[in-house]
Amino acid sequence: MFGKLGWDSIPFDNPLPLVAFGAAVAGMAALGLWAWRRGHLPYLWRDWICSVDHKRVGVMYCLLALVMLLRGFSDALMMRSQQAIAMGNDGWLPSHHYDQVFTAHGVIMIFFVAMPFMVGLMNFAVPLQLGIRDVAFPTLNSVSFWLTAAGALLINVSLVIGEFAKTGWVVYPPLSELRYSPGVGVDYYLWGLQVAGVGTLLSGVNLVTTILKMRAPGMGYSRMPMFCWTALATNLLIVAAFPILTATLAMLTLDRYLGFHFFTGDMGGNQMMFVNLIWAWGHPEVYILVLPAFGIFSEVVSTFSSKPLFGYRSMILATMAICVLSFIVWLHHFFTMGAGADVNGFFGVSTMIIAVPTGVKVFNWLFTMYGGRIRFTTPMLYSVAFMVLFVIGGMTGVMLAIPPADFVLHNSLFLVAHFHNIVIPAVLFGAFAGYTYWFPKAFGFRLDEAWGRRAFWLWATGFVVAFMPLYVLGLMGMTRRLQHYDVPSWQPWLIVASVGAVMIAGAIGCMIVQLYVSIRDRDTERLKDVTGDPWDGRTLEWSTTSPPPVFNFASLPDVSHEEPYWGMKNRAKEESRLSERPDYEDIEMPKNSPTGIVTAFFATLLGFAAVWHIWWLVILGGLGAWATFVVFAWRDEVEYEIPADEVERRDRMRREGKAKMLDLPPEAVA
Amino acid sequence: MSAATARTDHDVPRPRRHGEDEGDPNQLGRGERPLSERGPAPTRIVVGYGFWIFLLSDFIMFSAFFAAYAVLVGETAGGPGGAELFELPYVAWETVLLLLSSFACGMAGVAVTARSRIWFQAAMLATGLLGFGFLVMEVLEFRHLIERGAGPDRSAFLSSFFALVGCHGLHVAIGLLWLGTMMAQVWAKGFREDIQRRILCFALFWHALDIIWVALFTIVYLFGAGSGIA
Repeated sequence: MFGKLGWDSIPFDNPLPLVAFGAAVAGMAALGLWAWRRGHLPYLWRDWICSVDHKRVGVMYCLLALVMLLRGFSDALMMRSQQAIAMGNDGWLPSHHYDQVFTAHGVIMIFFVAMPFMVGLMNFAVPLQLGIRDVAFPTLNSVSFWLTAAGALLINVSLVIGEFAKTGWVVYPPLSELRYSPGVGVDYYLWGLQVAGVGTLLSGVNLVTTILKMRAPGMGYSRMPMFCWTALATNLLIVAAFPILTATLAMLTLDRYLGFHFFTGDMGGNQMMFVNLIWAWGHPEVYILVLPAFGIFSEVVSTFSSKPLFGYRSMILATMAICVLSFIVWLHHFFTMGAGADVNGFFGVSTMIIAVPTGVKVFNWLFTMYGGRIRFTTPMLYSVAFMVLFVIGGMTGVMLAIPPADFVLHNSLFLVAHFHNIVIPAVLFGAFAGYTYWFPKAFGFRLDEAWGRRAFWLWATGFVVAFMPLYVLGLMGMTRRLQHYDVPSWQPWLIVASVGAVMIAGAIGCMIVQLYVSIRDRDTERLKDVTGDPWDGRTLEWSTTSPPPVFNFASLPDVSHEEPYWGMKNRAKEESRLSERPDYEDIEMPKNSPTGIVTAFFATLLGFAAVWHIWWLVILGGLGAWATFVVFAWRDEVEYEIPADEVERRDRMRREGKAKMLDLPPEAVA
Repeated sequence: MSAATARTDHDVPRPRRHGEDEGDPNQLGRGERPLSERGPAPTRIVVGYGFWIFLLSDFIMFSAFFAAYAVLVGETAGGPGGAELFELPYVAWETVLLLLSSFACGMAGVAVTARSRIWFQAAMLATGLLGFGFLVMEVLEFRHLIERGAGPDRSAFLSSFFALVGCHGLHVAIGLLWLGTMMAQVWAKGFREDIQRRILCFALFWHALDIIWVALFTIVYLFGAGSGIA
């Protein structure tokens, strides 16, 4: 009846995950109770959970990422503390638990922090920057988000029911095969990522279509904001790379469930094929994460330097060059496979070539700042720290691209230091810069600057203290994923690294305080954004109100150059009046729908049941998901109308805000 | 000055609203603006385009299975290879069924244009029956192989064969579910615009499965039966 599931599946002997999960559930229950007592639940259900508005879906993606960041970071603290004390002894985490911790850390940080953060920011900002009212497929967007959340839920359920994979985040066979990982850990990984992966793929399809087919009138390709360009490159990569992951994980699933021999050690299976396939997805994935961050930095640097982006066209070329090149470097993840000098040479050189367009980008950012009137706000601080730290990470990357050097450094902490040196300053700082930059647009008030700076300085210094020692340790010969060791000279460096982790904990604490303080003071003059343009922005998202109306723009803007809003603003200043009032029309917007969360509910059932071999529930989950789609397809009314009066009312608010900002007389509004 | 424009640099047509028809799509040179600057495309174009992007991603997933097959085709682990297992005439009949089903699917598209519900249902039924026949033949082939001791657990070659062909079969099965749903929907709701767009997507999907099958038939069955690998 319940497959492999029984009472012994719950790890009562290991209280830590149980307590953590219990605390998380209790916290969520308390939050739910509070919302229920205050009567917020219907609002939450109607206007957020069922929302198909790209802005709200984007916000929910970012919220998921922030919550998962806490989970992934607590794994990091556990690892750092374990390695700081486990010199010549077993430390405080048993090895089977430690192995789950480092696997979960990687999986959660990549798939459920970095990915949703970037997808969320793209979802939020891209349609606004393109000057349109929604993405191409609004309900599908909601389905994508909820499937990602369902994947995150499955991964976290493994804390208390069963176990998680002990294989490392890319589950190499033969270790991940049934013979060596007989438990359900790898199965949680497979089904969790498949469910989330479907969400990611659909989101990629959605955004590619949006960017290529739905831009505002006049917004040709050479007028799209840089963030939209990097979003296009990213989503093309998602569409081209994620199906490879789907296929690879499906093959491993077949091996584990039906006795296939894709990657087994016997009957002709080929383990290196798995490594090739997973990195054919995995390396583009690196650029899926980093390209949107590059776009955010481009927007932030240009806005806060009060200058147009330097070398706009070279930036586009560099972005698309990286997009293509990212598919021909995957083998540098396993030079030690033994492919021979020619193959390794090719992939070493192709890897180094990627440094060229990346370098173009760094110089473009620097030249954008050069001669600009720079405002060092929190997003700008993250951008500057990124440029400095990212160049260091890039250089160690080029070192690792030299095959003979890689033979020495492979699998060492040098590698761990390198990719954290890319992912934290580029992806995470980019996400934080975007979060701070677009927060006022999403909610109508800014984040507190003082706490933002404190968080930034602790993040930046904490990162250096935590990861620079790992370069040293790598050169001293320490390999990754060690639960304990017996080399005394390593310990001081590991203690320093753990101090860095504590500093980062302080940074995350500052971010939580920042959020609290900002929400508390949201109506003060200091934080409230009444103009819709708190940073003196240049792209179209700043031309509407903060937060924007559900339809974003009362009339679609007509674009005639690269920085449309900057142009409008200057013209209004010169002519001392706003642009002419358009004739307002009724606007049709898609209706909200619970399709997303219901589909995700059935997908979670399906994934959970498949992990535990409860076949009737698998069938039920699949049928439920199909039935949900049928119900959705059967609707007769798919849109609702916003009357022209309401559109006019919202637009008058917008125009009043702009007039106030530009010091225009009241008659400029009418 | 027209309603929805904020700039006056050059005179431009009023931006089309979502779903509004642009007139003759063959007249690309119409108007002064380049195609890329004419604002959001009509819904039919957006939906078809988005579905194409999805299909491309599906092709990439198949290409991973094809690549795995190419790597493992010689790894028979002492078991039977393609030359011993594949019966070309049988697979040829499968192919005939699938291609005829695609033809019937095209007929369903014609019926939509002609707004003929009865012909639409008849053509879709034919599409579905032919597709179902294909699927039954495939399942029988699989059963036959497994009974001969040539199941997917016999060797890596057979694993990759069953996964590749099975993945296509799974697509056909999902397509049949979709097809039935579309028939029911047209029966209940008629040729509503959004339903027409779904029929368009279904047709794209069904024809795409043909493209995959042609590659599969060639690379797996023809090469396998002919060259006597392993």
